[in-house]
Amino acid sequence: MSAARVVVTGLGAVSPLGLSAEETWAGLCAGRCGIRRIAAFDPTGFPCELGGEVPDYRIQDRVPRTYRKAVKLMCRDIELAVMAAGEALAASGLITKGIDPEKVNVDPTRMASNIGAGIICCDLTELAPAVAASTAEGRFDLHRWGKEGLELITPLWLLKYLPNMLSCHIGIIHDIQGPSNTITCGEASAHLAIGEAAQVIARGDADAAVAGAAEAKINQMVMLRQHLLKRAVATPDADPQTICRPFDTHACGAIFGEGAGMVILENLDRARARKARILAEIAGVGHSHSLSPAYERLEPGGEGVRIAVEKALADAEIGPEDLDLVIPHGTAVPSDDLAEAQGLEAAFGPAARQVPVWPTKSMLSTTGAASGALDVVAAVRAIVEGVIPAAKNFDGPAAGCHLNVVTGRRVGRIRHALCCSYTFGGQVAALVLKTFDGEAER
Amino acid sequence: MRTPKTRERVVITGMGVVCPLGNDVQTLWEAVLSGRSGANRTAIFDASTFPTTFDAEVKNYDHRTRVRRPELHETASRGSGFAVGAATQACRHAGIDTETAQPTDGIDRTRMGIYLGAGEGALDHNTFFACIFAGWDPQQQKMTWEPSTRLGFARMKAAYELEQEPNMAAAHVALLTGARGPARSCLTACAASTQAVGEAMMLIRRGDADVMIAGGAHSMIHPLGVTGFNRLTALSTRNDSPETASRPFCGNRDGFVLGEGAAILILESLTSARKRGVQILAEVVGYGSSSDAFRVTDMHDEGRGPVQAMRAALADASLTYRDIDYINTHGTSTQENDSIETLAIKTVFQERARQVPASGIKSMLGHLIGAAGAAELITCVLAIRNNIVPATINLHDPDPKLDLDYVPNVPRQMPVNIVMKESFGFGGQNNVVIVKRFT
Repeated sequence: MSAARVVVTGLGAVSPLGLSAEETWAGLCAGRCGIRRIAAFDPTGFPCELGGEVPDYRIQDRVPRTYRKAVKLMCRDIELAVMAAGEALAASGLITKGIDPEKVNVDPTRMASNIGAGIICCDLTELAPAVAASTAEGRFDLHRWGKEGLELITPLWLLKYLPNMLSCHIGIIHDIQGPSNTITCGEASAHLAIGEAAQVIARGDADAAVAGAAEAKINQMVMLRQHLLKRAVATPDADPQTICRPFDTHACGAIFGEGAGMVILENLDRARARKARILAEIAGVGHSHSLSPAYERLEPGGEGVRIAVEKALADAEIGPEDLDLVIPHGTAVPSDDLAEAQGLEAAFGPAARQVPVWPTKSMLSTTGAASGALDVVAAVRAIVEGVIPAAKNFDGPAAGCHLNVVTGRRVGRIRHALCCSYTFGGQVAALVLKTFDGEAER
Repeated sequence: MRTPKTRERVVITGMGVVCPLGNDVQTLWEAVLSGRSGANRTAIFDASTFPTTFDAEVKNYDHRTRVRRPELHETASRGSGFAVGAATQACRHAGIDTETAQPTDGIDRTRMGIYLGAGEGALDHNTFFACIFAGWDPQQQKMTWEPSTRLGFARMKAAYELEQEPNMAAAHVALLTGARGPARSCLTACAASTQAVGEAMMLIRRGDADVMIAGGAHSMIHPLGVTGFNRLTALSTRNDSPETASRPFCGNRDGFVLGEGAAILILESLTSARKRGVQILAEVVGYGSSSDAFRVTDMHDEGRGPVQAMRAALADASLTYRDIDYINTHGTSTQENDSIETLAIKTVFQERARQVPASGIKSMLGHLIGAAGAAELITCVLAIRNNIVPATINLHDPDPKLDLDYVPNVPRQMPVNIVMKESFGFGGQNNVVIVKRFT
């Protein structure tokens, strides 16, 4: 049985650093920080009022004219996903119905979508009138809710918040009729979704896929959860520029944000036949599970990370010495960073002290499901440009971390890049990307 | 990516279920054969003023009595609690040891993975609504966030909040089993667990795992879940007769009956199953996935997506529609689904459409949402093993426009070798799995 080679032919991103992959990459290269005081809601009352918000946009301007009415059914996670997917498709040269219905050059039944999504918290303002109508003398009354409250909820309310609606809206706009899945594994979702899309293409079930993830964590309820789980920075009056410090000796927690990253994956033969610009190749996929009874934390020692990375390297048929870039999950939660570093070091062996490690969340914040997708977009750009930007907010390694975090910009060929992510709950995913070598035969 | 050297055959070696018809596989099957309904008046919360006052609940179940280390699952949501119970049964059935500290089954845990189609845990609605109320300014019609935030910090509980994440059911199953292989959780609405089984099969076929703990877990029986479905007018409101409310393909069907539960199947490479010498219950031979790409609110009116998923599953299995002995339908008892599913079956099965029995066991089970497909797939395996096709109950007043053989009201003894399981979800998610007698 022969499996197809799978390549990346398009990128899209919406992040705290900009509304496109280009702006996001430029921001990362410049060491810009997308973290600032939250503006979407008043964050007073939170120990730390910072977040990674994407710049302003008008969603009506970013969907096809015929789809403008449907934006009322989109929550913010869906908007971010739709924008990044549109950019990635346009960049790839694949022409879908959503790009130009007159010039479609894809078979919709051979297009897949594998999207990672978070748990979507509804807009509280939408529910508030119903809650108010069901509250008497300060007490919520379920009897009233069932009668009067429920009637005040807009009929299609539920459809706005189902995680699979990210993929569904992208599918409707671009007429993507092939295999479709929505991975809901927290912050590991993007790598799992992109890995699965690559396998869908490799096994011949689709010729191309939109793959990636989106999540909007700038939401009061979501932020409350991260603080209650003691993952978020809790320093009042922190300097947004320097507060998020993955693997650094002064790391003190994660900053949460929002974003979306999408890649177009394609069967190599198809991409070649249409003379597409090939940006990189998907070389290996590896998964495992962290087994931590404290479910919100990575297990000490990072055994699951080690297993997933070793599997991804084996799938790519390379050794750790063949890696020229690693983008770790690195949230800046000290215990998680340490466990991840230990897992990576165990997988890399002696190569651990050489392999360049470049964490991105000091600039992008932790954008939930989207974080891994933004890292893949960054890794592909790094491969294409032959550049690793400098890590931001890294002055010296935290105790126990022996990773080779890049402190200055590096220029040179990147043969293979590894992206790694894990999530509360425990799923771990690793993805190996490879510079595309048109002549190489396998 | 590595090219697989061989295409592994994938078999089912264990099954477990916690559902409205019973909390083990045998009880589920006896209920299905006797045509019993799992519906009841809503007991989990007071739904007496809701448009729908009944559902199909899991009864007499405490997950903490089912597992070796209950302290690991103390805070589990309903769905995750169902998942660990179903996984414990399925593992025992397949000879996978979850009951001793050092597993004695000889399975390499890095080659054992998890793939669930699982839903979010219920939120604590009293606290959630109190937080909203604390910040709501009715004059300005907007939230003033600070009082809401402060109340949230005072009342929300970290562990409970975490359990709402949809990947937590898989996390609990990982802690239960020690599985370190490929781990994914998906949520493609009502088609999720069929997708999980299909994709898990692909991981074994490709050689990424020897064993996959696959299936689904979900409970949306909570005030906001029921509110969402009621507002969509998706639920039956036959409040005077819960047990006859779920009536797929019936002329006066008026919506689905919301259920809950978990169902787990142990998928295994044939090589591994033979090496371990375990009983093989059936083979998973085909999987197809598609999306309607039509509307968020409605199915494509010609059933384009379901047709493509069915055909993809047949092609994957190297079978044709002539080979299928029984179709286990999605059959939700909504006007739209049952009409369009019938149309799609006619398109795919052509001249055989009316000959192939196609029953809807949601008539008994209710609609387990994310867990529905896997629970129904268990009955497909049992149909093969017992040569009995389950009935569609409550089908006394057929819809004149729907003219397939829905196996009305009485199960049918007949040879069953190959079964197609269909699942369709909101937003146009379609997943189809084909299981076959192992020979």
